[in-house]
Amino acid sequence: MKKQVIRLAFKTSIPVLAGYIVLGMGFGLLLHNAGYGPGWALLMSVIIYAGTMQYVGVGLLAGAASILTTALTTLMVQARHLFYSISLIEKYKGMGKYKPYMIFGITDETYSLMSDPYIPVDKKDEPLYRFLVTLFNHCYWITGCVLGNLLGEVLPFSTDGLEFSMTALFVASFTEQWITMRDHVPALTGFVSTLVCLLVFGPERFLIPALLLMTLILTLLRRREEAQA
Amino acid sequence: MRELGIILTMAAVTALLRFLPFIVFRKYTPPYIKYLGRVLPPALIGMLVIYCFKDVRFSTAPHGLPELISALCIVGLQVWKRSSLVSILGGTAIYMLLVQVVF
Repeated sequence: MKKQVIRLAFKTSIPVLAGYIVLGMGFGLLLHNAGYGPGWALLMSVIIYAGTMQYVGVGLLAGAASILTTALTTLMVQARHLFYSISLIEKYKGMGKYKPYMIFGITDETYSLMSDPYIPVDKKDEPLYRFLVTLFNHCYWITGCVLGNLLGEVLPFSTDGLEFSMTALFVASFTEQWITMRDHVPALTGFVSTLVCLLVFGPERFLIPALLLMTLILTLLRRREEAQA
Repeated sequence: MRELGIILTMAAVTALLRFLPFIVFRKYTPPYIKYLGRVLPPALIGMLVIYCFKDVRFSTAPHGLPELISALCIVGLQVWKRSSLVSILGGTAIYMLLVQVVF
């Protein structure tokens, strides 16, 4: 029984495997070049466990940022986590002892897998399944970060383009949710709001305006829904 | 020590953002938050798709063609096979082929 859950959780996590190893190695290498060894890579990937933030973190470390600057930068870069967590409150009810780790382990990629309305296991195995997917992804990330730091520049083959597997994961999730859901307004709202904010604010600071804009639009749509009902 | 301070701060703020909504709404989830929980997932995945394309330059060659072609293949594969694994592995292989061999 347990074996079956482990197998299914592993299968769900496979799309993240390649991406996390590659992106993790990219981070490990960057940290190596900034003068920090594998111990630092291990520490950061275990306790921060956030791709974009760790990349930004290398800059903070190298630039000797203050604690206040670090805290504010983290707040800006990671604001989207508030939204991931809000949307997982109902899904993560009844997860018991696994819940704290599952909340700690929410990343863009894990979120994308967790928000899928379809779960391949029985209701009673759901907590273990969700816990294992989160754990497997974390392990891939740690492995990638440490490996990249240890290997430095030497890579056995050309991995150019392998990082696209993360884009592929999001595009596949988007398509699958589009097929499953009858109401396409939320998906379009997120897509278009972000596109508009990217064009208006540029690639460095469009995420927070986009999060606010889509929340505003979805809030207004709810009022209208209620007025009609 | 300074390094440790920076790393612990990043870890603490990130964890705070992850845990805060669960702590605030641990007893009662207002209908508005439930509504957001229902409509935000597709919106956020839509945001992540755009996020991945943020650094693609469409004005210079190859005009984002490898990304767009691969993304269309992923959509096609997903509609056809309904298997995320097939779509992701297939789409990534196509992209690697495009950037390493074609463009």
